[in-house]
Amino acid sequence: MTEKDLKDNELSGSVDEEKRDFLFITTAGLAIAGGAVTAFSLIDTMNPAKDVLALSTTEVDLAPIEEGQSLTVMWRGKPIFIRHRTSEEIRTANNTSVNDLKHMASDESRVKNPKWLVVVGVCTHLGCVPLGQKVGDNKGEFGGWFCPCHGSHYDTSGRIRKGPAPLNLEVPPYDFVSEDIIKIG
Amino acid sequence: MKEKEIDNSKGISGWIDKRLPVFTFINHNLRDYPTPKNLNYFWNFGSLAGITLVIMIITGILLAMQYTANTEIAFDSVERIMRDVNNGWLLRYIHMNGASMFFIIVYIHMFRGLYYGSYKYPREILWMLGVVILLLMMATAFMGYVLPWGQMSFWGATVITNLFSAFPIIGDYIVTFLWGGFSVDNPTLTRFFVLHYLLPFAIVGVVALHLVALHQFGSNNPTGIDVKSEGDTIPFHPYYTVKDYLGLGVYLIVFAFLVFFAPNFLGHPDNYIPANPLQTPAHIVPEWYFLPFYAILRAVPDKLLGVLLMFAAVMVLFFLPWLDKHKIRSANFRPFYKQFYWLFFIDCIVLGWVGAMPAEGIYVLISRIATLYYFGFFLVIMPLLSKFEKTTELPSSISAAVISDKFDNKEPSTSESYVK
Repeated sequence: MTEKDLKDNELSGSVDEEKRDFLFITTAGLAIAGGAVTAFSLIDTMNPAKDVLALSTTEVDLAPIEEGQSLTVMWRGKPIFIRHRTSEEIRTANNTSVNDLKHMASDESRVKNPKWLVVVGVCTHLGCVPLGQKVGDNKGEFGGWFCPCHGSHYDTSGRIRKGPAPLNLEVPPYDFVSEDIIKIG
Repeated sequence: MKEKEIDNSKGISGWIDKRLPVFTFINHNLRDYPTPKNLNYFWNFGSLAGITLVIMIITGILLAMQYTANTEIAFDSVERIMRDVNNGWLLRYIHMNGASMFFIIVYIHMFRGLYYGSYKYPREILWMLGVVILLLMMATAFMGYVLPWGQMSFWGATVITNLFSAFPIIGDYIVTFLWGGFSVDNPTLTRFFVLHYLLPFAIVGVVALHLVALHQFGSNNPTGIDVKSEGDTIPFHPYYTVKDYLGLGVYLIVFAFLVFFAPNFLGHPDNYIPANPLQTPAHIVPEWYFLPFYAILRAVPDKLLGVLLMFAAVMVLFFLPWLDKHKIRSANFRPFYKQFYWLFFIDCIVLGWVGAMPAEGIYVLISRIATLYYFGFFLVIMPLLSKFEKTTELPSSISAAVISDKFDNKEPSTSESYVK
């Protein structure tokens, strides 16, 4: 069969254009729909699996943490900083004028019980873990945390005060199950 | 058919094509590519095999993101894929049954080549590259079956690697080398995982060569007669893209039926028992696609000879173009070859069947007769037929064959249109 034969068929009207269009559109439509569903199912396998999602809550007993001490726990593979704040630390956090902050938030809005500060210990700049949990650590210029990677300073409410980080340390969802036990997640 | 010229001076595609002729390449190989106009549905299996390879690679990469190659947790990581990973069961069942589908497709593809003499001049290297692909597939499939670290995985790995111990003197060293230790253990599993991931890409490379070799002379066809004029061919697109597409649809229906309704039909239940190096399962069989070769191995009472014969069963395929030197390609015009061919086909089914049966009593005798015919077909019947077989009358061209098929040797009325 030559190109001329093909052309002749088309010109002679022996090709039903409408039927051909219908077949083409239905075939391509179904192929695209099937392909999209398959692609979605396959790509979805890379989303968090059931066993990963099952690890999304952690309970912490706060009783052993003395005033002024800190505890780091794991939640969803990330460190959670829990600090039993001294009254001095609570006062400095409250006395800071909200309007002066880079990321405005009052201390009240960041705690459930002022004694306990619970934040995700991941710097909002590029994800390093700030220093300040251990006794000898550099706590930065504002007595909270200091990120050694690119020099972000956080205050005693975990708010960004100086350095490149754009946001305050994130407060994870948590609840007091009883007076001394919190459930994160 | 004359190729359409791509205008290099116009548009983005023209600009790219002048510097990197991708569009010319696509046009040359997938669009205007002149293809014999009489190909039947057996010519669908090449493209189906290629698509299956892609399916296996995509699902395999996604599975590898979830799998852990360590004897302690390999089995559990597969169960995690089945239970916890989103659509993990689907991913694994596609990959598992995809291996079986791949072999079905490739075996049909090979029997097609054997029937229509597709391995003969000038397509010898095309055929041999195909045998290389088969060997790589076998190695890949075997190592993939080891990864879930069930009972069949473990004992399959033990038995197959032990085949090499049949070689005198060096045998034991080879086996220790393959294992990376003194038994099938963690080092074996990790290297099998790496090779199982690597070899498919080697297959892709050989497939590319296979296609280069194919497009050198174009496809063979059911008459086995060379293309003699433009009138014997039609452009690949739209005629064979549509035909391949229809075949793909039917194939995917069968594939999906297996995946969704009988995902473990072709597998062995013992592989859902974690590997136990202290206990061999009572009845150990390889995956179905290895059964004919397994039957040949067991047909021989001597260890070394059995192993050699099993390897020879694949290796003999490399020499096919020189064992069958008959000038006529298609079995349609070779009355004797045709009969021996179908007997050979049945023989392979019989070998597969006895391979699944216990190696005792009547089954041993059947496997021996079947093995004898397997090699007899290649080494005795083929060379003899090449010399003595008289062929039936051949049509003068592909077009002549097509027309006589359609009109029962009557002259066609010239005005008849087959488009509408």
